[in-house]
Amino acid sequence: MSKFDLTRRGVLKTGAITGAGLALPTIFTSGASAFTNEPMGGTVTLGFNVPQSGAYADEGADELRAYQLAVEHLNGEGDGGMLNTFSSKVLEGNGILGKKVQYVTGDTQTKSDAARASAKSMIEKDGAIMITGGSSSGVAIAVQGLCQEAGVIFMAGLTHSNDTTGKDKKANGFRHFFNAYMSGAALAPVLKNLYGDDRKAYHLTADYSWGWTQEESIAAATEALGWETVAKVRTPLGAGDFSSYITPVLQTDADVLVLNHYGGDMVNSLTNAVQFGLRDKMVNGKKFEIIVPLFSRLMAKGAGENIKGIHGSTNWHWSLTDEGSQAFVKSFGTKYGFPPSQAAHTVYCQTLLYADAVARAGSFNPCAVAEALEGFEFDGLGNGKTLYRADDHQCFKDVLVVRGKENPTSEYDLLEVVEVTPAAQVTYAPDHPMFAGGALGQCNAG
Amino acid sequence: MFGLNKKDTTFLLIVIALTLFTPILMQPFAEGSGLAQFNGGYPDLMQKVAIFGIFAVGFNILFGLTGYLSFGHAAFLGIGSYAAVWMFKLLTMNVIPAILLAMVVSGIFAAAIGYVSLRRSGIYFSILTLAFAQMCYKMAYSVLTPLTNGETGLQLSLDDPRVLDGASEGHSLPVTNIFGLPMNASYKLEALGHVFTFNVGFYFSAVIAIIAFYVAIRLFRSPFGMMLRAVKSNQQRMTYTGLDPKPYTLAAFVISGMYAGLAGGLLAAMDPLAGADRMLWTASGEVVIMTILGGAGTLMGPVLGAGVIKYLENIFSKINEGVLHQWFSFLPDGLEDLVIWIFARFTGEGWHLTLGVTFMLVVTFLPGGLIEGLKRLNKRIKGGSKKRDKYDDPDPEHRPEPGKHVA
Amino acid sequence: METILLQLLNGLDKGSAYALIALGLTLIFGTLGVVNFAHGAIFMIGAFCAVTLSRLLSLSFETIDPTKVDFLGNPAKIKTPYVEAWFGHDFGGALIDWAVPLAILFSIPIMIAVGFAMERGLIKHFYKRPHADQILVTFGLAIVLQEIIKYFYGANPISTPAPDAFKGSFDFGAMLGFDPNMIIYPYWRLIYFGFAAVVIGAVFSFLQFTTFGMVVRAGMADRETVGLLGINIDRRFTIMFGLAAAVAGVAGVMYAPILSPNYHMGMDFLVLSFVVVVVGGMGSLPGAVAAGFLLGILESFASMNEIKAIIPGIDQIIIYVVAIIILLTRPRGLMGRKGVMED
Repeated sequence: MSKFDLTRRGVLKTGAITGAGLALPTIFTSGASAFTNEPMGGTVTLGFNVPQSGAYADEGADELRAYQLAVEHLNGEGDGGMLNTFSSKVLEGNGILGKKVQYVTGDTQTKSDAARASAKSMIEKDGAIMITGGSSSGVAIAVQGLCQEAGVIFMAGLTHSNDTTGKDKKANGFRHFFNAYMSGAALAPVLKNLYGDDRKAYHLTADYSWGWTQEESIAAATEALGWETVAKVRTPLGAGDFSSYITPVLQTDADVLVLNHYGGDMVNSLTNAVQFGLRDKMVNGKKFEIIVPLFSRLMAKGAGENIKGIHGSTNWHWSLTDEGSQAFVKSFGTKYGFPPSQAAHTVYCQTLLYADAVARAGSFNPCAVAEALEGFEFDGLGNGKTLYRADDHQCFKDVLVVRGKENPTSEYDLLEVVEVTPAAQVTYAPDHPMFAGGALGQCNAG
Repeated sequence: MFGLNKKDTTFLLIVIALTLFTPILMQPFAEGSGLAQFNGGYPDLMQKVAIFGIFAVGFNILFGLTGYLSFGHAAFLGIGSYAAVWMFKLLTMNVIPAILLAMVVSGIFAAAIGYVSLRRSGIYFSILTLAFAQMCYKMAYSVLTPLTNGETGLQLSLDDPRVLDGASEGHSLPVTNIFGLPMNASYKLEALGHVFTFNVGFYFSAVIAIIAFYVAIRLFRSPFGMMLRAVKSNQQRMTYTGLDPKPYTLAAFVISGMYAGLAGGLLAAMDPLAGADRMLWTASGEVVIMTILGGAGTLMGPVLGAGVIKYLENIFSKINEGVLHQWFSFLPDGLEDLVIWIFARFTGEGWHLTLGVTFMLVVTFLPGGLIEGLKRLNKRIKGGSKKRDKYDDPDPEHRPEPGKHVA
Repeated sequence: METILLQLLNGLDKGSAYALIALGLTLIFGTLGVVNFAHGAIFMIGAFCAVTLSRLLSLSFETIDPTKVDFLGNPAKIKTPYVEAWFGHDFGGALIDWAVPLAILFSIPIMIAVGFAMERGLIKHFYKRPHADQILVTFGLAIVLQEIIKYFYGANPISTPAPDAFKGSFDFGAMLGFDPNMIIYPYWRLIYFGFAAVVIGAVFSFLQFTTFGMVVRAGMADRETVGLLGINIDRRFTIMFGLAAAVAGVAGVMYAPILSPNYHMGMDFLVLSFVVVVVGGMGSLPGAVAAGFLLGILESFASMNEIKAIIPGIDQIIIYVVAIIILLTRPRGLMGRKGVMED
């Protein structure tokens, strides 16, 4: 073993001597170039950091498909998708600023640590100029923090917590997806019409930060309608069998159950709630109702029949008939054979928005890109007129209220859009108390 | 030298050399070549290998010497990280106090958990440690969020007091440093088409790893280490000779917990974020597996195991189908698709499969871990039987020879 | 009162799942002395037997219906399951509806085969190896099995409903003289509890009242002596491994309507089942069953709002707290024997 090492070292020593003449010392990563990972050659590298293992792996896979599609469209391959309907026309299908778009992928494992390690390797090893993706708020916030420190742009994927653009917002981070406050604001009027203003709500909430922000948002929105919140019960993440949290609901006089769960937890809590006959129950002369504020079509599939007639909100759905959505569904469906999910849609938009901002800024410098994105108004990406607000880097756009479809015509046709809530109705002041406590800070170019 | 015998000194020197040249050794392929994907010489991975090396070496002090299999060691790693990040938030961004506090706090936790858990042995001990660690994880994820920031993980913010550093300048977060030298500073050397990155954080971790390794060698060779081996081989006999094994095992548990805390503190020093996931049982399982994969009871084995697992996790998970297409584009279409399909099952989203298969193959064909494989290789190269080192026993468990049917 | 009664039922239900998984695990411990980290994966494969059968039954051929369009605007393909085409809409539909109960029959041979293959192909080489090696190899195996399932079925949970006939709930309250509709419990969960009781009873009587069982019990107590008596204990142990796999497998099948199966559910149950087995005492079958029910019931009670109000987050850690208390007061768990897995 030692012998082997000696020869190895010998080789390296000679290598170092001959190489010394060519040495290009660059002290600190930011020394030579103007900003982190300034693209030098004819290509630019984007980092797609999505969950490939763990509970959200399917969502990650769908995000990855959308990213590949976006890269194709940016490089001028395929049918161009939403580039044709996007209101900004600076992208020409020749990559970004004439540089061909390349990408690297990584696995977040839906763990902050692993996600950061993966993002770091993209930045340090592969020279990624922008990191994007993810399917949970914890990961989004952790990676957003990393990108801020490293001096690259972070375009968040699926993250619904208020904190991402609230108390944990960062100058280098941008979110296209909607948030828990918007879910509440969009759902409340619909719920009032459907169920009246005299209801008693019982919350079951996943016991971590996303769950709490959603519980807070929904409770506030429904209490403003005149609903009473009977109880807010925290459930452990990945509880599996929710029976012991469902049965106490039977003992109260609550007539609405709000499930602040996502992913597998949502599937199981909803399945259990239906099993315990909650939907057939009559309380105070009213029919008992269940609400799932954040719906995801991919996840809803796991709950099967149980989602029928249940209301929730979603960022986007493939059945929308506007031009942008249809263009996206067409190119995605043609390539992969099934319609895209909301996660796929949001990351596709994020990639286009980033590329567009670079093109408008005429530079890959994160600070120039951030400036181009701030206050940017656009249309044609499926959610109507949208504003990337400068104060907190949150997109303000229409939010969909959906319902589990009674008679699905295919395995993808699980949700129907009940109402498209206009952006104005879900807009809040930048200093809204639910989003207070953080500061964007200054953009960091590395 | 250093109070070691000649053989150990050589061994330590080799380890030092290997560690210092890691940025070169882990970057064997030229930039832009198809194999550059396999280069691991970027700061984050090198730091992780060094840090998890420390973690595994520490774990091995307990498991390799005493045979007590702790299934909750990740708790100490997590506690160390939290302690370190709190130090960064409250006191200073200098890493020294943070790492010291990390070791102290995890040492205290280790003493408490060890004192209780060591009342039982065998699998009862394992489950006790597992239960404590899972409790730490669950609490950190939910109820203790004010202290741990739950799901997202504890991170720095602009309005932290940092009393020793004075008012923070500007609007960007300060970086961890050692007396002003930032951990994320790197020196890049381009030579012969290779780019070598020499990173302050890595060298800092590496130096600590070498010290930790040196301490471990001294421990293994000391009378204390001998006593721990006695605990493993026959506790009853030890008790009959009038020795109480308890204090020895507890000391080993605390030392090993402090190693984990040190590793946790270093993780936070390299990247000031501490997530609860670090304490999950799978993280505890990971260090067990690193140790067994490399070779339990050997000095170098756990480090090797840590390196292999971190390398697989970080490199294999990034080989997506696009990369495979570039590699195999020279093949005819049908064949290319087939080859890519096969490779895609083991890389990218399938990297876990590679991990699982590696575990099974190594443990089936190399009882004694990767270090055993290296020894066999060495033996074959040297072409003769070498005298066995009486300390680095290839069969530290004194188990019966495996039967012929072990394929 | 109603709350407590309901939580007791919840606890019994959870407990039966824990007990069934732990039973197989402790059988393998006790008979073969193997720490099987792949046991959770076996439970998961069982659940996927139900998914597979329901997929097989709903295998469909496609006909093009020009009056409807799919999401791309092409003529829609209407899927008709073969079984409905062959056996008519009613019987075919009923077959699909009854996929989960049918999957029990379907899963038993599959699980026994999986168990045999695992034991003969891999585990038997590790009988004499240290426990650490067994952990590593079975953990590796669990990952491989998990990845295979993930490849075929994806990562999202898959809805596997119980037959329509079992939808709805049984009204305990009315039976016991309380107000109606206060204490109701879903039929399927009651069936699960009953099923678990039958399986546990069957395993116990098998070991207690058959010669085969007697030999296995003897082997558990003293493997060497039984071998010296000229009994081929190895073959019997292989069968025991198959049996343990079948028990975990059918537990998984029946649990599918309660918990939509996903590929990592095995890992989620793994830690828990180890805790159950150890709390019950190594190598003790009654211990595992008792511990399963005990932990299930305590977990249910801990998730009551009244108790969470006193100790926040207690429902998250109750299992571990109880495990620690039991292991500290009873050195070998509830019913463990001396000397098993203590070194």
